Amino acid sequence: MLKQRHLLGLEGYPAEDIQTIIDTAFGFREVLDRPIKKVPSLQGKTIVNLFYENSTRTRISFELAQKRLSADTVNFSASTSSLKKGESFKDTAQNIEAMKIDAIVMRHPSPGASLHMTKHVDAIVINAGDGTHEHPTQAILDMMSIQEKFGKIKGLKIGIIGDISHSRVALSNIHGLIAMGAEVTLCGPPTLIPPNIEELGVNVSYNVDEVLDWADAVNVLRIQMERMGIGLFPSIREYRNLFGITTERLQNHEKEIVIMHPGPMNRGTEIDSSVADSKNAIILDQVLNGVASRMAILYLLLGGKQLEV
Amino acid sequence: MNVTKQPKTLVLKGGTIVDPLTKKSYPGDVLIKDGKIAGVGEVMADKSATVIDCSGKIVTHGFCDIHVHFREPGREDKETLSTGSRAAIAGGFTCVCVMPNTTPPLDSPETIRYTVEKAENLPVYVHPIGAVTKGQKGKELTEMAAMKREGAVAFSDDGVPISDATVMRLALDYGKMVGAPVINHSEDVGLRNDGLMNEGAFSTKLGLPGNPDIAESTMVNRDIEIAKIAGSNLHIPHTSTQKSVEHIRRMKKQNIHITAEVTPHHLYFTDADLVTYDTNLKVAPPVRSADDKKALIAGLKDGTIDCIATDHAPHTIEDKEKTFDLAPFGMIGLESCFGAVNKVLVKESGWDVESLISAMTVNPRRIMGFETDLFSIGTKAEITVLDTTIEWRFTEEDIYSRSKNSPYVGRTLVGKPQLTLSKGMMAEIG
Repeated sequence: MLKQRHLLGLEGYPAEDIQTIIDTAFGFREVLDRPIKKVPSLQGKTIVNLFYENSTRTRISFELAQKRLSADTVNFSASTSSLKKGESFKDTAQNIEAMKIDAIVMRHPSPGASLHMTKHVDAIVINAGDGTHEHPTQAILDMMSIQEKFGKIKGLKIGIIGDISHSRVALSNIHGLIAMGAEVTLCGPPTLIPPNIEELGVNVSYNVDEVLDWADAVNVLRIQMERMGIGLFPSIREYRNLFGITTERLQNHEKEIVIMHPGPMNRGTEIDSSVADSKNAIILDQVLNGVASRMAILYLLLGGKQLEV
Repeated sequence: MNVTKQPKTLVLKGGTIVDPLTKKSYPGDVLIKDGKIAGVGEVMADKSATVIDCSGKIVTHGFCDIHVHFREPGREDKETLSTGSRAAIAGGFTCVCVMPNTTPPLDSPETIRYTVEKAENLPVYVHPIGAVTKGQKGKELTEMAAMKREGAVAFSDDGVPISDATVMRLALDYGKMVGAPVINHSEDVGLRNDGLMNEGAFSTKLGLPGNPDIAESTMVNRDIEIAKIAGSNLHIPHTSTQKSVEHIRRMKKQNIHITAEVTPHHLYFTDADLVTYDTNLKVAPPVRSADDKKALIAGLKDGTIDCIATDHAPHTIEDKEKTFDLAPFGMIGLESCFGAVNKVLVKESGWDVESLISAMTVNPRRIMGFETDLFSIGTKAEITVLDTTIEWRFTEEDIYSRSKNSPYVGRTLVGKPQLTLSKGMMAEIG
């Protein structure tokens, strides 16, 4: 059993619980390789996917994970719901709660929204991204993918490249990787590195080649064009020149570096197509591990039946 | 709380009198006849006098808060002059200055008059602060002289910084003639960058956009420089950063006439307290780092900061139940004020209670040009009786404001007003 009832973020999350989730996820990964990819673990449990913000991959990944575990699922997204009619956060929460559900998987544009939700409902809350705060399930699937590739996490050198300031993926990865004993270096323009981030135990570099020299694996973050409009970086060209993970750049490095990306990718901007599709990229493994990780998280939090794998 | 008319003759007996004007304390009684001070120290009262035992308590001037938002007119669902006055008297305040960011704003002699008349029969003195610019838009000056005549005691666009330095200069120049302090919400809107909390390790961890300390201190420095040229009264509200304290200290050493206030919440909380995303702690300027808090305490102690003001800012439950990014800025503060600042400044930081009381009575009244010698015979009684050692849990029951947005709920405070005398009324707080 996990120590925390909800999964809201990885800040302060126990390392042994992260390991338990990853180990359980590898069990489910085998299920996903079977011809019949379904187990009855969460039969009779009802889970609401509450998405206040658009999402394709995370929502589908959660939904698949829920279906593979035989849970009943309901999807609720901002564009189709009463949220558009101005219903308050509290009322939405209480209405969903009144329908007797077991868990809420929630994405919301506001930092702290999933913690806020726990104050209004008794259901288990799983944070599927709260603004620029955390995205813990993404970090867990990233760590699972690292463990799959390297057989361990402890002692590895991981670079996180791109817009750290606005990235919930980065923050959850930092907390998780540090807890698991990896070394982390953040790399991006100073305008996209949040203040005092070193206090979380990471290194900061503005030189991507140095980071590539150092790292065993790099997690390349999506760069959002709207940040350019407010002067956080001057142009795509300049960004690509300085931080783009290009074929040429990788060719200058002797060793092989594992390439990760949480998606969706801007091919040709933060990452070259040839890099994304190369044998060193584990981007699609991350996607598959995402389903397995989310199965493990749901299973462990909702107290499913004995794992029958 | 029980609010009644004062008895015709009243003796506050056996307490410790603290005269914040001299910062002296001594045992004695206070005699009040027909709502006016009739004796302080050794007093002679006839047998018919009502006697209130004040032993073990401090008897002092009624508190004065020069920075509150009572939301009337416009947002009477959050607070009214009447409900705000009850909150004030429950906190030991007998005098408040209301900020003009109402709907419509208090930016004309007529709206100032409205406030003065509306507040006339309330149990505390309510003085309006007029807007500096029409519609608080930061462009054209208001009719400051006419507003002063109708009762405006100071001028501020509080809530909205006066971004244009020229407008600030004009306001300070003009304010010199009018003879009223100008108060600017000191924040550089550009540097503030839509920050929701103090910028630092905590904002990074919480994923919330940060408001850096320099957003305030650069503006404070700008305003002080302008005030120096204008030679007029600048008052700096809700000082929140170490850097601002340093700027103010430096200028005061050059005898530039500026004054400054600090709120209880900037003295009590730090950005570390926001880890629960408590929207009641979302306030502008934000609660800052532990170092800033320390500097604010030191600034108060050495006189760099003149007074304490609550920035009492009521908001409805619906507003504060929103997610952190959407909830409005501000918290109420009148009822919890003394218990909070007495705990931080006297109990935890070793300041003398006489100086603290001065920072809540004489100093703010002096800034606004009000009478400061409230113990002189014949003065209309504005008195607060304090228990300075009682430890008590602040609950919603202690709130008289129409709004309940207080981060102090559930916290233990030290010291509590017991009795407030004001405008012929007597509030037994209990």
